[in-house]
Amino acid sequence: MQKNESTVASLVGVTKKYDAITALNDVSLNVRAGELLALLGPNGAGKTTSVRLLLGLSKPGSGSVKVFGRDPRDASARGRVGAMLQVAKVPETLKVREHINLFRSYYSMPLSLESTLEAAGLEGMENRMFGALSGGQKQRVLFALAICGNPDLLFLDEPTVGLDIGTRHLIWQQIRRLLQQGRTVVLTTHYLEEVDALANRVVVLNHGVIVAEGTSTEIKARTAQRRIQCTTILRSGEIESIAQVRSVAEHEGRMEICTSQVEPVLRELFLRDPNISGLEVSSSTLEEAFLEIVESGRQEAAQEVTV
Amino acid sequence: MSSYAAEIPQVVKHSALRVYGTEAKYEILKTVRQPAYVIPTLAFPLLFYVMFGIAFGGRQAVGGVSLATYLLATYSTFGVMGASLFGFGAGVAMERGYGWLQVKRASPMPPLAYLLAKTAMSLVFSAIIISLLFILGTQFGGVHLSLSAFLRLTGVMIAGSIPFCALGLAIGCYAAPNAAPAVVNILFLPMSFCSGLWLPLQLLPKFLQRLAPFLPSTHLGQLALQQVGFGRPGSAAVHVAALVAFTVAFLLLALRGYSRDDVKVNA
Repeated sequence: MQKNESTVASLVGVTKKYDAITALNDVSLNVRAGELLALLGPNGAGKTTSVRLLLGLSKPGSGSVKVFGRDPRDASARGRVGAMLQVAKVPETLKVREHINLFRSYYSMPLSLESTLEAAGLEGMENRMFGALSGGQKQRVLFALAICGNPDLLFLDEPTVGLDIGTRHLIWQQIRRLLQQGRTVVLTTHYLEEVDALANRVVVLNHGVIVAEGTSTEIKARTAQRRIQCTTILRSGEIESIAQVRSVAEHEGRMEICTSQVEPVLRELFLRDPNISGLEVSSSTLEEAFLEIVESGRQEAAQEVTV
Repeated sequence: MSSYAAEIPQVVKHSALRVYGTEAKYEILKTVRQPAYVIPTLAFPLLFYVMFGIAFGGRQAVGGVSLATYLLATYSTFGVMGASLFGFGAGVAMERGYGWLQVKRASPMPPLAYLLAKTAMSLVFSAIIISLLFILGTQFGGVHLSLSAFLRLTGVMIAGSIPFCALGLAIGCYAAPNAAPAVVNILFLPMSFCSGLWLPLQLLPKFLQRLAPFLPSTHLGQLALQQVGFGRPGSAAVHVAALVAFTVAFLLLALRGYSRDDVKVNA
């Protein structure tokens, strides 16, 4: 359908400020045809702002935003785009079928009601009033509204936040189906798991700048930090001397050790303190992974400056 | 069932106007199912009219027409204002504040369709209110109104709802969703009283009579009264001009509130 690697949407040198807060600072981003691009980042990183700009809901302070080569607010661009956004409240006194039919009427080549219902896992619920649906079902309706126009480019802003596993997997499955058909998807999420399951390419945002970009494997390799917690007589200086240890911190008498290689560190710890106790090994949280990426980003920037 | 993957989407050829009709249809359907809107919007003007226009007013006369006829015109104005202010004010504030408007704006929906659908919805309710008041007035209030006068009144009310749709829109663009109904009430009820919609203007204290020309409701009320034979000095053209000016001002205010939205949205 479309040539791979061709750009369907882009931000070029975009800065967006809300009062004193810089939501995006000189961000350039390409969305390529047929890919799933995941925008990852903690709250306030600029994910939703990026999506709002690409949907033409918000104007950039500087820089340019293009979707299918046009201003995202152009009717011809919007006609090829679908969006699932975070909504606190959807009108409750329309039936599922009515909500979908209204959105279908906005597009020139919509899917049929039946295939929309099927794709969103809403079969048999078309005559239910929106207000009578469960949380997961409501989210499915929002997904249905995003895909019912048969869009070439789909934006999903945290589509599975707070969802039951069934609905989350249904949405994942449908996203894969859309990708197989050559559609392009832009997804924002907090969940690394979701990125792993779906994304071709990941852009990590923090404080309005892109701090990392690559395939999810590449990103994961950068954030493969694990954490060991234990109670030990060893001092933090002694633990730091173990080759694979990145950092050590002491919290209420317990040691917190960060490393990307758990096993050699554990072996060494047992060797040095056989009475080590209260051992826990955990993956770093996504938040910590981001912090790590941001921190290394800063160091790189500092090195560039010194060079 | 046809597979989603295999389906070749059918090109739906329909006129550009159809989306406006569809939007209006669902807006009306959605609102008719909301008792929180329907009941007060219909009940208040009817209830007040029965109390003040029929039960108490009886056959008293004000300036050449019976009180029941006078109040038929002013409660029509009151009802139309309520339908427009609550439809737009509370409706837009909710849909904007809870993020639903954003979903619609991101879609290819023509933005005008949203506004026209809400206007159509207000007009439907306005027409219902006027018709019910007319029935009450003629059946129980001894009102004698020719069909042509009734139709003129209806026409004036329908056109006259526009400034209040605009005011409601402005409220909807500023007010938080849970505050909007209160804001509407705070404007709506005193404004109705001060512009002589509940009691004839000349029965109000002097300072309120002086305030009245600065309220859009006074001008629509006076236009309505002219249709039922309550001639009062002050030509229709002045009232129409005032209402047009209010409409423009409210729309500008709404636009300003709306564009402010982009600034405070969380990143």
